[in-house]
Parts: sequence; C-alpha cells; structure tokens
Amino acid sequence: MPFIEINGKKIEAEAGSMIIEVADCSNIQIPRFCYHKKLSIAASCRMCLVEVERAPKPLPACATPVTEGMKVWTRSPKALLAQKAVMEFLLINHPLDCPICDQGGECELQDLSMGYGQDASRYTEGKRVVKDKNIGSLIATDLTRCIQCTRCVRFGTEVAGIRELGATGRGECLEIGTFIEQSVSSELSGNMIDLCPVGALTSKPYRFTARGWELKQTPSIAPHDCVGSHIYVHTRRNQVMRVVPRENESINEAWVSDRDRFSYEALYHSDRLTQPKIKLKGEWQTVSWQIALEYIANRLSQIGSQHGANAIGALLSPNATLEEGYLLQKWMRGLGSHSIDHRLRQSDFRHQEGAPLFPGLGLPINELEQQSLVLLVGSDIRKEQPIIGLKLRKMALAGGKALVVNPVDVPFNFDIALKSIVCQGNLVLGLAKIAKALLNQSEIHFAKEAAWLASIEPEAVDIQMANLLRASGKKMIVMGALAASHPAFSQIKALTQLISELSGAKVGILTDGSNSAGAWLSGCIPHRLPGGKSVQGEAGFTIAEMFEKALKAYVLVNVEPHLDCIEGAKARRALEQAEFVVAINTFESPSLQKAVDVWLPLAPFSETSGTLVNTEGQWQSFVAVANPFEESRPGWKILRVLGNVCDIPDFDYETCEDVLAALRLEIGTPELTVIKPFCVDPIEYLANTDEIIRIAPIPLYASDGLVRRAPALQQTKDAGFRGLQINRTLATRLNLVGEAVRVQCEDCVMQLPLLIDEQMPDNTAMIFSGLEDTVSLGGPYSVLKLENI
Amino acid sequence: MANEICFRTLHLDTSWSLEAYQSVGGYSVWKKIFTDNITPASIIDELKLSSLRGRGGAGFPTGLKWSFISRGAPGQKYIVCNSDEGEPGTFKDRDILRFNPHQIIEGIAIAAYVMGASIGYHYVRGEFFEGFERIENALLEARKLGLIGKNILGSGFDFELHNVSGAGAYICGEETALMESIEGKKGFPRFKPPFPANYGVYGRPTNINNTETFASVPVILQHGGKWFLELGKPNNGGCKIFSVSGHVNAPGNYEIPLGTPFAKLLEMAGGMKGGRKLKAVIPGGSSAPVLTAHQMLDLTMDYDAISQAGSMLGSGAVIIMDETTCMVKVLLRIAHFYAEESCGQCTPCREGTGWMFRILQRIEAGKGSLKDLDQVLEIANGISGRTICALGDAAAMPVQSFLKHFRDEFESYINHQQCLAQTI
Repeated sequence: MPFIEINGKKIEAEAGSMIIEVADCSNIQIPRFCYHKKLSIAASCRMCLVEVERAPKPLPACATPVTEGMKVWTRSPKALLAQKAVMEFLLINHPLDCPICDQGGECELQDLSMGYGQDASRYTEGKRVVKDKNIGSLIATDLTRCIQCTRCVRFGTEVAGIRELGATGRGECLEIGTFIEQSVSSELSGNMIDLCPVGALTSKPYRFTARGWELKQTPSIAPHDCVGSHIYVHTRRNQVMRVVPRENESINEAWVSDRDRFSYEALYHSDRLTQPKIKLKGEWQTVSWQIALEYIANRLSQIGSQHGANAIGALLSPNATLEEGYLLQKWMRGLGSHSIDHRLRQSDFRHQEGAPLFPGLGLPINELEQQSLVLLVGSDIRKEQPIIGLKLRKMALAGGKALVVNPVDVPFNFDIALKSIVCQGNLVLGLAKIAKALLNQSEIHFAKEAAWLASIEPEAVDIQMANLLRASGKKMIVMGALAASHPAFSQIKALTQLISELSGAKVGILTDGSNSAGAWLSGCIPHRLPGGKSVQGEAGFTIAEMFEKALKAYVLVNVEPHLDCIEGAKARRALEQAEFVVAINTFESPSLQKAVDVWLPLAPFSETSGTLVNTEGQWQSFVAVANPFEESRPGWKILRVLGNVCDIPDFDYETCEDVLAALRLEIGTPELTVIKPFCVDPIEYLANTDEIIRIAPIPLYASDGLVRRAPALQQTKDAGFRGLQINRTLATRLNLVGEAVRVQCEDCVMQLPLLIDEQMPDNTAMIFSGLEDTVSLGGPYSVLKLENI
Repeated sequence: MANEICFRTLHLDTSWSLEAYQSVGGYSVWKKIFTDNITPASIIDELKLSSLRGRGGAGFPTGLKWSFISRGAPGQKYIVCNSDEGEPGTFKDRDILRFNPHQIIEGIAIAAYVMGASIGYHYVRGEFFEGFERIENALLEARKLGLIGKNILGSGFDFELHNVSGAGAYICGEETALMESIEGKKGFPRFKPPFPANYGVYGRPTNINNTETFASVPVILQHGGKWFLELGKPNNGGCKIFSVSGHVNAPGNYEIPLGTPFAKLLEMAGGMKGGRKLKAVIPGGSSAPVLTAHQMLDLTMDYDAISQAGSMLGSGAVIIMDETTCMVKVLLRIAHFYAEESCGQCTPCREGTGWMFRILQRIEAGKGSLKDLDQVLEIANGISGRTICALGDAAAMPVQSFLKHFRDEFESYINHQQCLAQTI
C-alpha cells in the first residue's frame, strides 16, 4: 500500500487507486463533474486537475493513479488556476439563470461555481443553444445546460446496458441525444437524472414543483419488487414530492428502478380513498371509522355464524408490510378462518406443505454477480426485477454465463450464453430436456426420475446447457414470474430441484411484490402460521380454492383482484357473488364498485411504518414520511382495531414496533422440515400439442395499484396493453390477415390488434395480463382460439 | 542530396509500381530479414544508431519506441501506420502514398516483425482517394508475392495488413483517437497513460508511427544507421520531407537532409513570390508557433534548432508568409480550424477554441478592443497543458506565438479597424 501526500497530509492509499478516490476517502474535496465512482473514467471535464510533484502540467485526479511517495496539492496556486480556468470554460456557454432552472439549489455546477467561478462572466460572445429533445415521459431535457460530462451516456453503455443516449457532433456542437428521434426506455433511465450534474436532465414529473431546500428527506424502502431497494423520499409540507435512490452497496448500489422512482406520483391520485365508505342498499355512504369497523365486525360475525368461518377468506397484497400481514392473519384466524393468501399470481399450490420458510433467492443479492453461471427459468428479468437484471448484467460482464429457458425470446441487456425458447409456454418440457441431458451424463442412478423422463429427447442446446451447468463453479437457477404463474409450477420447481441435484446449482425464486417473503413468514398462507408452523387440523383455502368455492365474504388488503390476481375475471365473479366484501385499499377501483361493500382507506407505504422482507431475507423497516392523507389510516392500525372490535384476544398493540416484536417472538427460531419438491406426480406437459397457448406477462408498469396509477410511468412503452403477439408462422398457418384478430378463451371472446413478433415461438401467443383491457380473457397459459374477424 | 529516402523512386516511371520499388532495392531488407535471420534487437540498434525520429510531429526517437514492445510478449499485438495527415500545411504522406506506397508497406512489415505483431492497420486520411487506391494496389501486389500474409516467404511469420480509410476528422490523426476510429468508435482521444504500447487497438499493445517514419526504415536498414545519421546531423539523423507552402514560387515537397539551412530550402522552393520580403514562417504545421523572418533566416531545418528558436519542426509543414500577410487573418483562419476540429470531449478545448475564434472574428470585423488581446491570450493559456490530447496545445500555441511576435500588428488592427500590412 503506497503512502502518498495530499496537501501535506500523509495518507495510505490502496495500490492502483486514483488520486480522487484517495482524496474522497480522506475527506479532501476535489471538484469534479465527469467522474462518478460507479462509472468508467472519462477524464474529460478537467475540473479535478491537481498539482502533482514533478509533473510539468496539472493532472486530472480522477485518472492519475497513485504512486509511492507521490505529493499532490489540490489547492495550490497552480491547481486552483487550472480549476478556475476550467470552471470559466464550463460557464461560458452555460446559461447563468439558476433561478429559473429546475436543478437550482442542488446543482453541482452551481455549487462548484461558488468556489471556483468568478463573480461576473467575461464571455461576451453569443452563447450556444441546443434544441431540447423529447426523450419520453420520465426525463425532461434542457440540453443548453449540458456540460458534456457524458455521465448519462456512460450510464447507458456501462450500467443499464442499453445505449440510448449518445454524444453526437463534435467540438462545441457535441450534444447529448438519442441517435434517432426516440424515447429513452430503459427500466433504469431515471438514474440519469441523478447522475446529471446540471439541469440538463431532470425529472419530468417533479420538474418545477419544489426546490431542494424545501424538501425533507426520509429514508425508506421501495415497495414494488422483492429487492427492497433503499430509497429516500423527499417531502414538502407533508406531501411526497419525489423519490431518489439511497446508496446501499449490498442491494441497489447507487441506483433505483424507474418503477420505484416514479410510482410516488400515484400517491395523490383521484382514485385515492379519503374516508371509509359503506354500501347500503346499493347506495354508497361515507361513514366514520367507528361505524365502518363495527359494521364489518357485525357482518363478518353474522356470516361466520351462518355459514361457518370457512366462508370468509382474506387476500393480501404481496406488497403489504410484515405487520399488516401478521395482524390480518391473526384477525382472520381469530375469526376462525385459515383462508388467507397472498400468492395472487400463482395457480399451482401442490407441494406447498414442503416449502421452505419463505421463497427467495437463497443468497445475498450482491453475490449474484459473483456467480459463474445463472440459469434463468421463465423470467423477463429486466421487466420483473430491474435491479436483479443489473446484477446479472454485472455477472455476465465479469465473464459469468447466463442461460435462459423462457416461453418468449425477450431481449436482455447482457449476453446470453445459451437460450432455450420453449413453445406453448412449456417450461416443464424445456427443463425436462436439460434434466434429461444431465441424467444421461450422471453417474448416480436416479431410477424414478429416469423413468419419468424416459420419453424426453434432449436437443443440442440442452446438452450444451447441461455441460455448462456441470462445468461451472458457483451456479444458480433462478425462477421468475413466468415460471411462478405456470399451471405446473410445482413440476417446474421439481425439475429445477432435479437439475440442482444433478449439477450442484443452487435454486432461487424471485417473487412478486416487495414482501412475499414476509407474507410467508407472518403466516399469510392457508397452511402455515407465523414462523412456518403448520396449521393444526384442516388448512385454509388457497386463493384458487377461495375463488373456486365462491366464499360468502372476502377481505382484501391492498388488492385489486381483477388486476392483481392470476385470473382476474374469475376473481371478480367470485367477489361479485359474495355477500360481503371488505376492501382495505389505498385506491377505490371503479371496476370493483359492484363487488365491494366496504371501502376502508389504507395508508400507502409513504404514510405508514412497517417492515418488508426482501428476497435475501433482509427485514427492512421504514417509517412514515408523511401523515396519512385525509382519513386514511396505516394498515396495522386498521387491522388492530378490527381485531379489537371482533373481540379477538391479545390485540392491544400500541405501536408498529409492538406488532413487529410480537411477530419476532412468535416466529422465534423456526424449525420446519423442508421437503425438496423432488418427488412429483408423474409429470404432465411432457409433450407439446397443437393448441395455441397464451403467455401473459404483467407489464412492467402494471404490477400493482400504485404503479398502475402513476401517470408518467403509464405514458411509457412498458405501461401496458399492446395486443396479440404471435409469430409469422402461426399467423400464416391460421391465415390471419388484417389488423385485428378475434381471440377466444373459454367463453370469452374479444378483438385484439394483431402484432407480428418474431420473438414469439410457435403456437404461442402473448397477451399481457394485469390490465383492464384483458381482464375477461382468462389467465396465463390458457388455450386460445384465434380467427379472422 | 534530395529525394533519397521516401522519394527515392520518384525519378522512375510509375514510381509507385512494384517493379520501380524493387529496382531501387525495395523489399530486399524484408527478404534479408528471413534469409539472414536478422534479429529484432539488431534492427532496433540500427534505428537507434540512425537517430531516426518520429516524422508525424512529436519527433520521438523511433528506435526507442520500437523497443517498448518486445517480440516475445504474449497475446495479440498491433502495428498501426498513421497516414491521417491532417495538419494544415502538411502534404508529405499523401505523396509517399501516391508515389512510393510499397516502401510504407515494407516499413510496417519490418515493424511487425520486430514487435511480433501479426496484424497491422494502416489508417489513411479519408480525402486521400488516389493515395488509398495506390496503397491498396501495392498491398495486393505484396500479398501476391507472399511478402504480406500467412507464412511470409516460408519463414512461418504471419502478418496481415489492412488499409483503413478515415472519414475526414483532424482529430483522428491523434494516435489514440485514431485507434478508437479503427475500432469503429467516434474519434475521441484516450487519456494517457496507459500509452498505446500497453493499451492500444482493442486494448492490446500497439506500436503506432507516422507514414514517413515507416517509409524511412527500409532505407535505413538497407544502407545502415550510420549512413542515415550522417545524412543529417547528430540527434537529427537522415532526411526529412518539408512541405513548403505559401508565398513561394515553387511550393511542394522537398526531401532534404535535416540541418539544411532554411535559406537553402527557401531557395529550393523558388524563393519568395514576386520578390516580396519574408515576414513570418510557421515551420512545422499550423499548430507550431510562428517564427519571424529574422529568426528563420538564421535557422537550420532540424528538430533541435527549431526547438531552440521556440517552435517545433512538427510535421515539416513550412508555411511561408510574406510582408503582405495580415497576421490577424492568418490567426483567425487557424483558430477557426481548431474550433471546427476540436472533438468536444474535454472542456478547455471544446469551449476555449470557440471562444478564441469568436474574439478573433470580432477583432477581424473591426469590433475588437485591446483588452480582447489579453483575454484571448488568457484563454490560450487556460487551454494549454490541460487537455486530454495535444489538440488543445495545438490550438493555443498559434495564439500565444502570434501575439508574442506580432502583437503590435494586432493592436494596430484594433486601433484602425483594418490591417495596414495588406496595403503595402
């Protein structure tokens, strides 16, 4: 470790590090614009020029590696002269109108100009003007303000993996833009707003709504995916103004996905419930909390005594907090029903008895990038878990191999070593072929499995995958949303387990929502109590059974079943036939008015404290950043009082922390036998048919109620509905002509625009789900009939 | 004593043909390397003895540069020839390409052998249509004879050379920008270190030299380093092509020994046009500091002498200006060039070159003030030494030197809103 001297201070530096890194670690400030610790070194802004002993010219601190005995002066006359000259150059063409710039008050150029700029400009020539570009609904451009640091360009090239912004032109005419008029569509594009040191790229939704110094910053946890990115929520006078990333090296590093960044916009949507509402004789009445809660207690007790407690079921959003989950199940179980479920987008619940304590990645998120191989099963990772996509990209850049078994050939932002795109969404067959290839190579005898897979013929790609799986060191199989929603999910799990046994790979799953793990832990599943303890006696109904059996009463916690559940139409029908439906939701869904009997306004993540458990099992608690809007209340308070009014014992929690403590106590040190999903029923789906099977991914910005109502996100390409996507072969076979097609699924018929997409395998049709447009069309992997109108 | 090195075929018919080249001993060195098993070390020694210095502008000792990459070093290595001749006033490489392309190929091949590179790129300025055609044909001929390609002359040594045509950016003549351009990227110079010898084309060790440098090598090895050295003067071995332009009767390329008095070069170029008086000379391409007639007439044309006088031999572009020249207009033209050609990557050059140009434009339009002169000089000082590549310095040096030697003329222009020199 070389010793260097900066401004006379002796510092031990890491060999190979740059002067600026050493200075940053020692709290010595060196001005900079283009340098960012997470991006490659451009050394182009020249703001960090410092004086180095024996160097004839000032050197850029960001690109000068330290050497033993090096002496550096960051504020010597020579260094300051250079820094001030660069500052003057940066300012000559930059507008000097900070008061009307959105970045004003939090601008790196403005800040540094205080220290290195002159009080008046000596530039009297005409200033450069750059035309702004419309690059989409999330990022506003004011390119005259750009100082060409290229952080945004490097972010796209290096981190996000899509080169969307580039620098065109040269000299003074060098400008940032998209190469052809188009919007920026990366799922991580918002990070460029943070990276931009000036007001050239700013947040379109936040623009000109507040000033940095008016904002209060509170740490929080992003509530949309199982990563649990660390965020800061900025509020002004009790109103959320924006969300920015909070650095956390082990989870989201310096980044946050656009979904986590821009969903806050929905917090004050016009659908927001402001007061409890009861439907009496078909008329909605606004009531006090007391009346609403007592009404609920009465109706549920009435239904319970009439039809038995089993006629009541509860659905919980996988985004709900650990505390909300714990209290919901405690209340429901207090009423006598074990029918509580949060697995909204799952249809196969076989083997749930043997499941581990909670489904998750099975290793720390930041270890993903150290894997030498990851096999993705049924996942459009960028659109499901943007941050995990980043980690896989890092793995692939470091030489790790990414393999994919997917029902549709989605694009990735990293290299895929091998891919197996299965027809008809048949992930079972895809995995069976890899398992068979491994079995053929295995020295250990797996008689039963061999018999099941007797008819399977691995293809070249499967054998190559098997070879890679066996040859690699650290390896993982990661299942995504397209696997979890498959009607043979249990068999997919079993086959991944078999592949794991044969290759030594670990198996993980990336779940929906921000707290699926917490929902399992807190007992929001019909067959287990908090901490994984089995239900004594008969287990409750799974979500599928709850809809199948048409219960008398449903309690919803932050769920819009027609959009959040796997078979929206079926869910809505079940609710509509029920006698009593309570929705403890943040938003009033217009299309659930017929089904719901009581609306209780639930405080969203910004207005409640709580805990989310991410996919690596981290319990991450957060506090409210604002007071509840109007009459809405935090979920844990609502459920606690519901427990009280229903006379459930032990329901006297004073604070959210009390609830968490009780849950921790109840979970204790879980002991449960995890039965690997190894012995499956004879496997179905081992051959393809000639039916057309629907793939039904949830669009990136349709994943939950908050996201669905965020206006800027809804204007992006990833918001939603496109139409029916099939390949040309299928279109030709069915002789489909014209712009729209008649699509039939069971008894539902609708017309959808026809989009030819060569990413689609044969006999496979993709229609997004989770959208109002396609609610009635049934669930994923259903059989479709297509014909001309 | 003229035209002995790069232009040694010039007196022959179709001087660019293989026959012409072979008739003066072309490719004899290349063949001898394999028949006589000449070691890379001895080639480097010969180059060091010859005191050949880089002809592209920087004048770095070639023998030393070639010793940075050892033949035995593992992995892919590259040789790059820089024919992106863009320095205003320079047109020597163009004529080597047109009239003696084979000698460039032989020089590059020898370098490839010395450093163990199996692939070479020859980057040719986009505007050189005729030269590109000639070098392409020459390469075909050399390939046909087995002088380039796989298992050259049965030696087991492979060397493939590719001619690459640029697209007309001055900055791509900067060695690292040129490498970016070869890689298919935008011509942005790279920050150094790492230097090309460690991190060049595709991140691999790369040796890059100017066309004239490569073309000098076969002749040096044919006649010996000592012979070459003695053509010129110590530390300034051999002959150099000077591209003489401006107010002379016979502008053109003159390949003469280093150390030749400037007065003699001027005489060779036919003397001053119209018998007018010499006023100033830019001795090494537009980015070299300007020198006065008085300084020039005492100078010999070699690296050391010109450097002592406060300028650079540079690429050997000698721009002659007579007494009718308006220095304000000349500087404006030069400043315009650099403002246009700055790549825009780093701040001082991107912003400073345009600023200087605009101030000079204003002065030229008769709207300048004396304060502007200090301002423009301060801008030049703010750029020089603070940029990623030498373009910043190249843009600053003319401003600094013009104001050093001809400040009175600038002041007069500002005071009279016009040039008095031109009215002579």
